Amino acid sequence: MTALNKFSMTMDSRSANEGFARLVASGFAAQLDPTVEELCDIKTAVSEAVTNCIVHAYPDGVGNIYISAWIYAGGLVRIKIRDKGCGIADVKRAMEPLYSSLGGERAGLGFAVMESFCDKISVRSAVGKGTSVTLDKYIKGKDLAG
Amino acid sequence: MLEISTSGKCMTVFLSGEIDHHSAAGIRKEIDAQTDRLLPQLLVLDFGGVTFMDSSGVGLVMGRYRNVSAHGGRLEAVNLSPWCYKIMKLSGLDKIAKIQMTGVQR
Repeated sequence: MTALNKFSMTMDSRSANEGFARLVASGFAAQLDPTVEELCDIKTAVSEAVTNCIVHAYPDGVGNIYISAWIYAGGLVRIKIRDKGCGIADVKRAMEPLYSSLGGERAGLGFAVMESFCDKISVRSAVGKGTSVTLDKYIKGKDLAG
Repeated sequence: MLEISTSGKCMTVFLSGEIDHHSAAGIRKEIDAQTDRLLPQLLVLDFGGVTFMDSSGVGLVMGRYRNVSAHGGRLEAVNLSPWCYKIMKLSGLDKIAKIQMTGVQR
């Protein structure tokens, strides 16, 4: 599968960048002429993934967050959010709705939100090495190949 | 970012802008400073001006719910856009507190 378009960027895991990452991802997807709701799906899912990097991957400092995205034929936008942080020992448990290792102010809904607002999500993680989350979203707007 | 009005033991917080992990910390601090002082019987969170929200908004509501119920108060989240409502529903918050979309009369 050859990408019709792509971008990648690296940013600090600072909370001020959450809004920036949402804007970049939704701006990239905008070329597929998405509905407002589809754009909101992407913004929310990216916001959750980036927040996870900031809160969980690099809890004691600032590290790099790597965001790449591709557009494929058929209106598919794929966004990958990767970190080189602490990793997740038990991915299955981390993805359970309402489970949060932090408790308190975190709802434990990050992965549940990503799952319900994207068509597919895959998570790869290795303790001490980092985590990558890949979000697939089909935009039912115009097809670049069409 | 937010406006607080009180009448008797009812406190209403008008939220606006984007609620994410970054902004939630400041919002939380402001609300808690007032609720600790007033101990409201009813805390209303008005989402009418909110343009974006992720699960940090749910965490914000859950945390405030815990605070007010600790002294016997109630919480309502009102004026939610269909979008915010969808995220709130995911959490099951509607089972413990009143969660209402825009246009619903209280």
